[in-house]
Amino acid sequence: MWSTVTSRRRRGRTVFRDAALVAGKDLRIELRSRVGLNQVLPLAVLMLVLFAFALDPDTGVLERATPGLFWVAVLLCGLLAVQRAFAIEVADGVTDSLRLSALDPGAVFLGKAAAVGLQLLVLQALLLAGVIVLYDAAPSGWPLLAATCLVATVGIAGAGTLYGVLAAGVRVRETLLPLLLLPVLAPVLLAATRAFEAGFDGRSGEGWPWVGLLAAFALVYIVAGLFGFGALLEES
Amino acid sequence: MEPAVHLRGAVALIGRFPALAGADLDVVRGEIVLLRGANGAGKTSLLRCCAGLLPVVEGEAVVLGHDLRIDREGVRPRVGLLGHQTALYDDLTVAGNVHFWTRAGRGDTRNADAAMERLGLAGRLADVSVARLSAGQRRRVSFAVLLARRPELWLLDEPHAGLDQRARDEVDSIVRDAAKAGATIVLASHELDRAEALAARTVQVVGGHVVDGHVEATKGTNRVP
Amino acid sequence: MTAETTAAPTGTSSRGSRLLGVVTLAGLALVVVLAFVATAADTDMGESVRLIYVHVPVVTAAYLGILATTVGSIMFLWKRSEWWDLVAASSAEVSAVFMGLTLVVGMIWGKPTWGVYWVWDARLTSTLVLFLLLLGYQAVRRTSVDPLVRGKRSAIVGLLLLPNVVIVNRSVEWWRSLHQEPTLLRLDPTIEGLQLFTLVLAIAVATLLLGWLVIHRFRLAWLQDQVDRRWLVDAIDERRAEVPA
Repeated sequence: MWSTVTSRRRRGRTVFRDAALVAGKDLRIELRSRVGLNQVLPLAVLMLVLFAFALDPDTGVLERATPGLFWVAVLLCGLLAVQRAFAIEVADGVTDSLRLSALDPGAVFLGKAAAVGLQLLVLQALLLAGVIVLYDAAPSGWPLLAATCLVATVGIAGAGTLYGVLAAGVRVRETLLPLLLLPVLAPVLLAATRAFEAGFDGRSGEGWPWVGLLAAFALVYIVAGLFGFGALLEES
Repeated sequence: MEPAVHLRGAVALIGRFPALAGADLDVVRGEIVLLRGANGAGKTSLLRCCAGLLPVVEGEAVVLGHDLRIDREGVRPRVGLLGHQTALYDDLTVAGNVHFWTRAGRGDTRNADAAMERLGLAGRLADVSVARLSAGQRRRVSFAVLLARRPELWLLDEPHAGLDQRARDEVDSIVRDAAKAGATIVLASHELDRAEALAARTVQVVGGHVVDGHVEATKGTNRVP
Repeated sequence: MTAETTAAPTGTSSRGSRLLGVVTLAGLALVVVLAFVATAADTDMGESVRLIYVHVPVVTAAYLGILATTVGSIMFLWKRSEWWDLVAASSAEVSAVFMGLTLVVGMIWGKPTWGVYWVWDARLTSTLVLFLLLLGYQAVRRTSVDPLVRGKRSAIVGLLLLPNVVIVNRSVEWWRSLHQEPTLLRLDPTIEGLQLFTLVLAIAVATLLLGWLVIHRFRLAWLQDQVDRRWLVDAIDERRAEVPA
């Protein structure tokens, strides 16, 4: 019995070490392949442009819709980031090697989610700059905005990684992932937009409860990912 | 010492397809066994099953003391599988791949460097992106990953495929050294002359099961007519 | 996993389910009588208020179905028995139908009452998102054929349904409460007395109906799986008989 107690504690330390190994590997791949930089970021800017075409900056609709459009762009680009994160694993039978390695599946989950999350934060910084420049937005309440971005990102990365591995094991993965992930992320879009609206309008006090909801979502999916990722990786 | 591999009537599934349909196989520790058989007979599935990658639904299947019907995951870190696909990240360098997989397998990175050295991957090739390598070079990197991990059971699926003469000789030498150091080797190969020279015993795989799988280990080759 | 030969049942009913069915029908008849004849029409909304006796019960039953799916998923992951997996799957399927029905009834109600097919009120919006979540669940079930793989994948999606439901409901209700709903768009008029009784009875009947449908759907799936199980014996024989070219 005691051997399991100490081995569980040892496992706890190695989980973070393994997660760092996996996150480092994903980020190194991104740095070398530059898919996020060359494809996803331009796509995000492109979305801002398309929204402007659709909503006509002169009517004031674009300005009022800026928080929502920001998060829609984040969600859609997040989808792409998750797709990419698993495309590299599915290629060349790498998932077999992951299963054969001594890596704790929960650690693989944390590592991949961390890498996706980091890329999403960079994306959000760029999009914020984009809406300030292109939509003439003048946000205030920066602590609220920063907290919203951080907490929402944890939730998006966690849910994305969990459903991403599920979709990765399936032949129709490109269409299955959006169908699974977007309804799940609908409340994140809702809450993050409301928080951003409060921040943009200078009513920060009203935004913080929404951040609480985002935190609950993030907690659910980090826990679910830690426990469920292994079973889903097995079948991919 | 328990056998490295003990299968009796093992049925292993890929989805709903019984890739192994009642396989019998006994492999003693330190043995080198060759699997022969036509394409689709089940050689690859037998190797993957021993690696703990396939669910076993019937029969007995014990590898390195782990009962595969209840504890597939436990055997995996102790086994090294060289499959058809090279299982490498295209965007990382040779060194990046070997180091990552070594550390993922709880191996020592010094072993990783030694393995790359042995397969001629140290030096200029170490910093080349795997995507830019030829198929044969990629196989060598996969082999280096296997070698670096120093598993107790080696499962090699067509280890000579795509390699030039010199690399094939090196592979043979590595396999012999590993067996001398106590590792058990099961390989599947169409390169019969070379493989039979390596192996102490040959078994035939047909229709998801094995002929002469539990013949006692004998010195010299067992040519199946 | 030897193939068992038992006499194939000719249908999915049993004495128990037939009894349940009769009780459900009787309850349904009572609800119809009460809803259309005995209770009065609402002063504001007129006759169309009667649709509440369909709308609320059906969506309530659907939520209970989702609860059953979540419980089934958790139990499957714990006990690894296919029985629980099929319970989860059948409940999810019937719940999806009930949710779809809720949306359709909402639209039928909306047009004559307020002149619009759709309003973004809390209940309809949540129901729409949950309907989409259930479609995702169904999509996951269709991706695998092997029962264990399918079970594990669906169970994880299934057990996440409950937290998803809670989060979606909380966020949507919060959102809609920020806007003052015009009284004309009230979906739920104040009800009391006989109307309240009818509503509660209708919820109970809808739950019975859900149960009856789930039982039959489950049995159908169970029989399907029994038939599929025989494949393994044949497949093994075929595989062993493969002659190398």
